[in-house]
Amino acid sequence: MADLKLTDVEKTYGGTVRVLHDINLDIAQGELIVFVGPSGCGKSTLLRMIAGLEKITGGELEIDGMVVNDVPPSERGIAMVFQSYALYPHMTVRDNMAFALKIAGKSKAEIDKAVAAAAEKLQLTNFLDRLPKALSGGQRQRVAIGRSIVRDPKVYLFDEPLSNLDAALRVATRLEIAQLKEQMPESTMIYVTHDQVEAMTLASRIVVLAGGGVAQVGSPLELYEKPNSEFVAQFIGSPSMNLLSGEIVGTGEMTTLRLDEGGGTITSNYPSQTSDMGARVHVGIRPEDMLETSSGDFAYHGTVEITEALGEVTLLYFKRSAPENDPVIGKLNGIHKSLRGQDVRMTAEPDKVHVFLNGVSLLYRDGNVFLPGVQPH
Amino acid sequence: MSPVLQGAITILVGVGGCIGYFYLANLILDKVIFPARRDDAGRNINRANAVRPWLFLVPAILALGLYLVYPVVGSFWRSLFNRGGDEFIGLDNYISLIADEGFRTAFFNNFLWVLVVPAMATFLGLLVAQLTDRLRWGNIAKSLIFMPMAISFVGASLIWKFVYANDADIGIINAIRASAGMDVLDPLQVPFWNNFFLMVILIWIQTGFAMVILSAALRGIPEETVEAAIIDGANPLQVFFRIKVPQIMGTIVVVWTTITILVLKVFDIVYTMTGGNYGTEILPSYMMSYMFRDDGRATAVAFVIMLVVMPVMIWNIVQARKEMH
Repeated sequence: MADLKLTDVEKTYGGTVRVLHDINLDIAQGELIVFVGPSGCGKSTLLRMIAGLEKITGGELEIDGMVVNDVPPSERGIAMVFQSYALYPHMTVRDNMAFALKIAGKSKAEIDKAVAAAAEKLQLTNFLDRLPKALSGGQRQRVAIGRSIVRDPKVYLFDEPLSNLDAALRVATRLEIAQLKEQMPESTMIYVTHDQVEAMTLASRIVVLAGGGVAQVGSPLELYEKPNSEFVAQFIGSPSMNLLSGEIVGTGEMTTLRLDEGGGTITSNYPSQTSDMGARVHVGIRPEDMLETSSGDFAYHGTVEITEALGEVTLLYFKRSAPENDPVIGKLNGIHKSLRGQDVRMTAEPDKVHVFLNGVSLLYRDGNVFLPGVQPH
Repeated sequence: MSPVLQGAITILVGVGGCIGYFYLANLILDKVIFPARRDDAGRNINRANAVRPWLFLVPAILALGLYLVYPVVGSFWRSLFNRGGDEFIGLDNYISLIADEGFRTAFFNNFLWVLVVPAMATFLGLLVAQLTDRLRWGNIAKSLIFMPMAISFVGASLIWKFVYANDADIGIINAIRASAGMDVLDPLQVPFWNNFFLMVILIWIQTGFAMVILSAALRGIPEETVEAAIIDGANPLQVFFRIKVPQIMGTIVVVWTTITILVLKVFDIVYTMTGGNYGTEILPSYMMSYMFRDDGRATAVAFVIMLVVMPVMIWNIVQARKEMH
């Protein structure tokens, strides 16, 4: 039950290889923070640094107002759930959960009570005397969670806890974690994942890590609706946001843009300054915000090369004039198979049109935005 | 015929014979004995499948019977006869063994060997494996400790003869004693303790074996379980004894068994170092001393050795099975 503060945290290997730098985060008590990022961005490393399994080579980590850089893991008040469950294979479920308390020298009555309570919370009561190998993947992960609950830690750390589970179990366990969080509103949780759905559904705030730094921190919908950079815009959301080259042709409270491909014009409710007139920008529109139109105001005009009808939605893949560009994707509600091979004009509502100047969103142009310099996918 | 050709033919005949046996045996079973035809088709298929496992088991059962069961029974039978093998004397060989002071010494000494050598070699091997795991020069240390494995028991005994030499200029033991102002003595003649000086040689050889196997087992332990234990507050000793050792218990048992079996076979060290004198006789060397002189008595000793091994083996197999399930 604590807050965390990371100040200029840094991780270097061998003094030369810098994998994380300038990590500044304030995590309040009761938050569920999710670290996401492309593989190799250091999200697991950061979690392990918080756990104390990796040395912090620069900056400060505070838990509950106390600097814990040099405090051993067991005294930091954290508990960690590993991707591979990391259950002790030679111990029963009961012993697995009791291990930390036994080490801490707690009385037998106290241990039994804590284990029973955790087992009940996680529906493990009937499995207490089994060995981990006699459990299913989902049950094993629940034991791993139970092992952290009995310690009553200040901070729970989850390292991709669902990625070893199959799709159906992943959804079920995700809901269980969400319910667990509801039952323990005071606990702080930090959760690492590469799965956007987990991040969007579980997080109170998401930290997007990339290129060794923090690209953006915010609530899931904040990141989705107001990404601060092209990187975050394309990283959050699936399929990725379309980025189209264009030029600012009208400034003010609303910005008018002319697009290179197709030559259409479109309005965004991002504000711009008079000096921006004529600036080369990227216009970002999410596939799901694309609308079919026949009017003269459109964002994109092209031939539909492939349609993927998924039932509830149809994905339209447009042929690009330059083949090296990512395909422009539109996501329309319902089934539209007949659009294949057709010339279609697409537009979007002004509040769904994002404008990026030099990779940075116009909404954040005064802020200090970190551009990771890596591809989001 | 060149040996290469001979070898090739042997392999061909052996492998071809095995394949031929299984193919033909199954063919005969399915086509001749229980053909799946007409009214009996369904019943015959079931019958054939009930018999089939035996087709695969029979060769192994025959081989084990010939090379394992027959010698055991045959040895026991021979041990009931006198020195020349022409007169049945019942359990007299065993009775005189028990009465023999030399046998009782050998039995007791062997008991010590079985107790001490596997335990020490496994323990030291585990210790070295753990201590060298993260060291930069760990691999060099491990190579050095493994090297005695490559030396024959007789060669190792010769090396240790120098260590134990009854001369302060040659033997390190006596050199140390001399520097401390003590008299020169022959360690191999110190009653009772000389057994342990001999055991040291086998421990020295077998520690490398235990180390290599256990080192591989330690590396196979999932790192996350160790990290989880660290987060759970376990100190390095607790991590080692409560997380790591239990996870490699199966391997420890296998190493222990292997060394135990070896200990019960070793007679070279005793034979070379003391020739069984000064109260250092063990069962294999005691058996050797009767072999070809009194085969009845020697087989009786062999049988006793087997009986001694039996409980250890059973215990170890039970342990190993427990690990598997």
